[in-house]
Amino acid sequence: MVKQQFLQTGRLMRLILRRDRLRLPIWLIGFLFVTIGTAALFKGLYASHEERQQMATTFDNPAVTALIGPGYGLDHYTEGAMMAHQMLAMTLLIIAVMSVLLVVRHTRSEEEEGRVELIRALPSGRLSNLTSTLLVMALTYLVLALTTGIGLYSLGIESMDLNGSMLYGAALGITGIFFAATTALFAQLAQTSKGAVGLSFLLVGLGYLIRAIGDVSNETISWFSPFGWVLGSEVYVNDYWWPIGMTLIVSLIVAAVALYLNSIRDLDAGFLPTRGGRRHATAWSRSHLGLTLRLQKTSIISWAVVIFIFGATYGSVLGDTETYFAEIEIMKEVMANQDGISMTLQFVTMVAAIMAVLSTIPVIMAINKMKKEEKRNRTEQILATAMSRYKFLGNYILVAIITSIITLGAGALGLSAAGAAVVEGDITFMELFNAIMIFLPATWVMVGLAAVFMGLGRMNGLPWLYLGFVFIVIYLGDLLQMSDAVRNLSVFEHVNSIPLEDFELIQSLVLSVIAAGLMLVGLALYRRRDVTG
Amino acid sequence: MSVLKAEGLTKKFGKVQALKGVNLEVNEGEVFGFIGPNGAGKSTTIRILLGILQATSGKATIFGRDVWKEAVEIHKRIAYVPGDVNLWSNLTGGEVIDFFTEMRGAKLDLDRKEELIERFQLDPTKKCATYSKGNRQKVALVSAFAADADLYILDEPTSGLDPLMERVFQECVLEAKREGKSVLLSSHILSEVEKLCDTVGIIRQGEIIESGSLNDLRHLTRTTIVLETKNELSFDHLSGIHDVHKEGSTYQFQVDTEKLDEVMQYVSQAGVTKIESAPPTLEDLFMRHYEGEAGGEK
Ligand SMILES: Nc1ncnc2c1ncn2[C@@H]1O[C@H](COP(=O)(O)OP(=O)(O)O)[C@@H](O)[C@H]1O
Ligand SMILES: [Mg+2]
Repeated sequence: MVKQQFLQTGRLMRLILRRDRLRLPIWLIGFLFVTIGTAALFKGLYASHEERQQMATTFDNPAVTALIGPGYGLDHYTEGAMMAHQMLAMTLLIIAVMSVLLVVRHTRSEEEEGRVELIRALPSGRLSNLTSTLLVMALTYLVLALTTGIGLYSLGIESMDLNGSMLYGAALGITGIFFAATTALFAQLAQTSKGAVGLSFLLVGLGYLIRAIGDVSNETISWFSPFGWVLGSEVYVNDYWWPIGMTLIVSLIVAAVALYLNSIRDLDAGFLPTRGGRRHATAWSRSHLGLTLRLQKTSIISWAVVIFIFGATYGSVLGDTETYFAEIEIMKEVMANQDGISMTLQFVTMVAAIMAVLSTIPVIMAINKMKKEEKRNRTEQILATAMSRYKFLGNYILVAIITSIITLGAGALGLSAAGAAVVEGDITFMELFNAIMIFLPATWVMVGLAAVFMGLGRMNGLPWLYLGFVFIVIYLGDLLQMSDAVRNLSVFEHVNSIPLEDFELIQSLVLSVIAAGLMLVGLALYRRRDVTG
Repeated sequence: MSVLKAEGLTKKFGKVQALKGVNLEVNEGEVFGFIGPNGAGKSTTIRILLGILQATSGKATIFGRDVWKEAVEIHKRIAYVPGDVNLWSNLTGGEVIDFFTEMRGAKLDLDRKEELIERFQLDPTKKCATYSKGNRQKVALVSAFAADADLYILDEPTSGLDPLMERVFQECVLEAKREGKSVLLSSHILSEVEKLCDTVGIIRQGEIIESGSLNDLRHLTRTTIVLETKNELSFDHLSGIHDVHKEGSTYQFQVDTEKLDEVMQYVSQAGVTKIESAPPTLEDLFMRHYEGEAGGEK
């Protein structure tokens, strides 16, 4: 009877692997490339002990800790310690995102689309679909862990020994497995794939925030975050394996609960209540623009709230940072011409850029939603009414622009309200607010880019890849000493860092014109192409 | 011998009582038509029979096995086609058909698969993302009929098919029946049910309100008669006559089937010069119940 529940799991695993024959390798290669590539560059860029030690000093402050995680072995900053400090937390965050997207794709979405029903009507076990998804994720992360470990070790860097390298890989893998398990759980609780993704991302975001707060203020708090557990392995410094084991045990328990819930619920049912809707359209959802906004309302508001909280969290760290710099005399000697404030401001500009990237995610989602609607054949219903193609895509562009103002605004508000409150006087509210808002025209360029691909009707994933590149330039540009030629490819690099640099109107205007140009190209292309189903 | 038997199935979704005691029986070699308006509970019943939903109460067996506890064993011998098939966008139709066959643990009968693909005019080399609704439906139908199942459970399987393909589908069902297989066919298309089914069950608001062989059910309904007579007719003293229209010497009316004999004896005295009679259609039957639901007698 128990065995029956899992019948055909192997075959379903093969189905998942076949479906994701491109997706999984792309994720894996992406992680391997960035991780091993960065380590390899560190070796050349920071060859001497002094250079690394100076990096350690620069990065050892509350603001940076909040952003990238705690540093271990800062007084003996080897390449390994540097790798774990600079790269690990952020990589874990992105791995968590990968788990959420992949697990929902193969569980709740699959159920929503009615394909689980088809499979359940075949001689297959009730739990086979969820089990096969979890096993494929486990397998993927095992491969990631082993290849990362072996890859890092094979660079032949003295401080990156076999044990540490394997632990680094294991840290990546176990994080993926943990969030695969929690997402599997949320996929049981929520009735829709949207709900499952939302709750799972909430856990990822909260986990990262709790870690940030804990790392800055009180280490015990960090232990309430899964990121805190995994980072507690102190890779390449103390190499503790037990946090990995502990995370694995928790993951297994969560997965078991998910399987249990799966076994007691009806297909298509969830455990969280869903609301009924309105009988009649409200006034503003009767126009296409209104309807498009209405459909995305929840998503936009949720993102805005999350980004606001991020902004507020990082804003509240600014006070600590300032005090920290003020207290450390040596710091002033190392950075002869910089004082605490300008060090803090450097962090502000970095955080502003990262928040701008984060805020761009819902913006691209807002416009890419059009492709999804088209696939579901809903577009043709609307185009069949008296609605021109220009207006149709135009409305999506408009919704994306509105989204950008809301999300960037929320982030700016969070950062400046919290920041200005704790820093008192040295940095003003408006300086912090503008630090983020200045990115607005650059996000519009992203909207334009996405509009072009909507116009083409193909490759609408490319803006995501470009956004990933933009993020890497911000995050690793200085660290890896990227050349200007490479950096200039990112629009976000053409935005002045306020308040370190001045606001230049002409720059914002040029970016806006480029954005408008791209949007027009998108509209023209859309006018010409077939609307497919 | 009954292949499928359901007794007193009920199902609650939270506060919604979707089924209120459904009884069904499908015998070996029988094509059973399961009809009812939207939201009546057809799909819910079928999903319980497939062991996908658990009934709140009641008992259902297929091949004498419990549909919930022994789902896997049962599924080895059945094939299911839902009304709205979604497939994996980056697999081809051919791949999906093979996958279903493999899942069933059967050896792929290549000739049979090719034959069905040919008959349904499906291009199996295309990615499922590019299929229209009808074509996705065909993929599911081909995999179902390629399987050597003993019971076919089909939930509005022809939605999205063109009339030509509908006919191919009907042929496939009749072939299955000839081979002694059983079919549970939920459908909206009454002409289809009339053509294919021996027995029908009508469900409304979660209850089976009528079931039996198509012939039995016809007794419950009315025959339409068109008459031309030499003498005037008056129907006032007769019961069981409805919707009388008179045009010159031509009468058109409906007769309750159980009153047919009485009425014919009366009209034959008036000198019949012409008579046409149309047998009751399933639609009449269905409409009578449906109207009842929509707001009392007409
Ligand atoms: N998952 C569900 N949650 C709540 N109500 C449901 C669910 N599935 C079906 N229903 C309700 O049960 C009734 C029967 O639905 P269904 O079996 O799909 O009807 P049919 O297939 O005959 O059109 C409908 O009123 C429907 O709204
Ligand atoms: Mg139905």
